[in-house]
Amino acid sequence: MRGTVQAMSPTIKVEELRKAYGELRAVDGVSFDVQAGEFFGILGPNGAGKTTTLEMMEGLRQPDSGSVTLFGESPWPRNPRLLPRIGVQLQASSFFERLTAREQIRTFASLYGVTARKADEWLDVVGLADMAGKRNEDLSGGQQQRLSIACALAHGPDLVFLDEPTSGLDPQARRNLWDVLRDISAQGRTVVLTTHYLDEAESLCDRVAIMDHGRILQSGPPATLIRDLDAPTRIAIESGVITADAARGLAEGLDVSDDGVSLTIATRTPAPVLSALAERDAMRGLSVRGATLEDVFLHLTGREYRA
Amino acid sequence: MTGFVSLSTAMARGFFRDRTAMFFTILFPLMFLVLFGGLFKDAGASRTDILQIGSVPVVDQLPAEAAAGLDQVLAVTRTADRAAALEEVRKGDKAAAIEQVGGELIVHYSAADAVKAATVQGILESLVQQANLAAAGVTTPAVSLHAKPVEDQSLKAIQYMTPGLLGWAIATGATFGAALTLVTWRQKKILRRLRLSPVPVASIIGARVAVSIAIALVQSAIFIGVALLPYFGLQLSDQWWAFIPIMVAGTLAFLSIGLVAGAASKTPEAASAIANLITLPMAFLSGAFFPLDGAPEWLQQVSEFFPLKHLVSSMQDVMVRGESITVTLPDIGILLAFTLVLSAVAALLFRWDDA
Ligand SMILES: Nc1ncnc2c1ncn2[C@@H]1O[C@H](COP(=O)(O)OP(=O)(O)OP(=O)(O)O)[C@@H](O)[C@H]1O
Ligand SMILES: [Mg+2]
Repeated sequence: MRGTVQAMSPTIKVEELRKAYGELRAVDGVSFDVQAGEFFGILGPNGAGKTTTLEMMEGLRQPDSGSVTLFGESPWPRNPRLLPRIGVQLQASSFFERLTAREQIRTFASLYGVTARKADEWLDVVGLADMAGKRNEDLSGGQQQRLSIACALAHGPDLVFLDEPTSGLDPQARRNLWDVLRDISAQGRTVVLTTHYLDEAESLCDRVAIMDHGRILQSGPPATLIRDLDAPTRIAIESGVITADAARGLAEGLDVSDDGVSLTIATRTPAPVLSALAERDAMRGLSVRGATLEDVFLHLTGREYRA
Repeated sequence: MTGFVSLSTAMARGFFRDRTAMFFTILFPLMFLVLFGGLFKDAGASRTDILQIGSVPVVDQLPAEAAAGLDQVLAVTRTADRAAALEEVRKGDKAAAIEQVGGELIVHYSAADAVKAATVQGILESLVQQANLAAAGVTTPAVSLHAKPVEDQSLKAIQYMTPGLLGWAIATGATFGAALTLVTWRQKKILRRLRLSPVPVASIIGARVAVSIAIALVQSAIFIGVALLPYFGLQLSDQWWAFIPIMVAGTLAFLSIGLVAGAASKTPEAASAIANLITLPMAFLSGAFFPLDGAPEWLQQVSEFFPLKHLVSSMQDVMVRGESITVTLPDIGILLAFTLVLSAVAALLFRWDDA
């Protein structure tokens, strides 16, 4: 999909976007494009400015400066031509009071002219069919979250904004939701998602932008970011099988640490280290871990990632 | 259109499932009606019941206008059974029984209720005098009896209270409904979510108006239904249904007050406080709870500025005073003008979002 669409104008174009709350520059000069059909992730810790950026893209907030265009049009002020084409899941769920899950999604769907039957199908998709008769006040946090996503998707929008869709979901629900989102994306829809979870960004997104303190530090496909980082591979074995000193002698330029549970060897050339370990029959509890987005983040910000 | 319908449905469901809202808009005002309706059941100068035995030309041949005037103070029941009639008076069921024998009008009364007996005597005496003057050829007597009850003091309490308390209930319901919907929908981010959907703002407001009018109709049906119970004994005028247009105008006026209160407040607590501060004093000063006839002149003039005064007095006119719908037109105009001005203020103050 990507590559062929470069000639067309992008689905989303964000240029030099800025927004300050008083002294605090929440979004401080952000620019990026998202192409049609792309799955784009904005990754960053609390307070990075993800929600603020998203809200300016959705037309909920007026930028101090800079511009956003969706399908070539400005979303601010409220632009009725764009609204049917976009679907939004807000970070804070918003539901009508004292309505059941089924009534909620039917109400939202009808605002877009979607039938009750089609709306009900979405309850199934997010695994809430059993909860259809429950009032939203009685749903768990994760169930509300899933309902909120279903409400955002029910009218089949071309462009979907999801603000931390998997926060508060149990691991199973999270995997299920990933499948739903992959389906949406496979149908050619454009998806923009924010997340704290590096694994989520890595597994879902075609491209991610890493954001902190209102700025985008780097963006690109997760695999490229990781490769460009040229970070060492970490080989870990059970502590005590060989000493740290013995490990350092296995090959040139190894970075070895032992925390009493595992002995970890960081290296850019894992192959000789692994065969040396095999020769010594010292592979108990072996795990080999390549670099992840976490390393990219660590490298970019100079601090540990704290989700 | 589908947006309007589904939003109205969502709002109505939210309301009818909210026990607190139901209590304060329907049950609470109804409790006042039941309480005061019961307490003041016999207050107010009700018509005096008398019996007429056989034909009584002095009464029967009154001109239409005079007969109507008499009807407001005396409830005359005709009977042919003289013995039974006298027995009823003796037991105190009726204030008096009248019969005419030739040129003589006889009033049978029991000494049990001297006040009523005196009233009946006084009224009939003047009728007799009028008849005498007419017989003597005086067609335009120097003085004539015009029996007319004193406004409001004479309305039985329930007659006065039903439109008054209903007006207050409608005002409270509309004000709180609009204010709380606006604030909670803003606070719970529903407005934000609606802003992202293609629903026109007019549909959102239209839905609130429709639901409030529906609630006002429910309130009216319940109030009138309860007041009509024989225990309370409300008597509706012929054109009582003419209160519906003024009720709709009143609902709109109080919706617009609620919208201003809601637009100006950040929390439901603040919105409730503002709505209470507006509607409660207004109810006392607009004659919703008790007549303003005894109140100082300046207060009566001030009350003209309150929409509730216009709502309540017009509702009383058509529901219990037998006036026609045209009497309510000026008040409808005033309420609609009030609505326009306040809606414009609300539109200026309106925010989709908290921040
Ligand atoms: N309405 C507001 N008024 C004032 N400051 C705000 C407002 N909204 C956000 N901020 C501040 O702006 C910064 C960016 O907030 P934003 O919500 O965009 O972060 P985020 O990346 O979405 O964080 P999270 O991961 O916690 O959702 C934060 O420091 C926040 O405190
Ligand atoms: Mg956020």
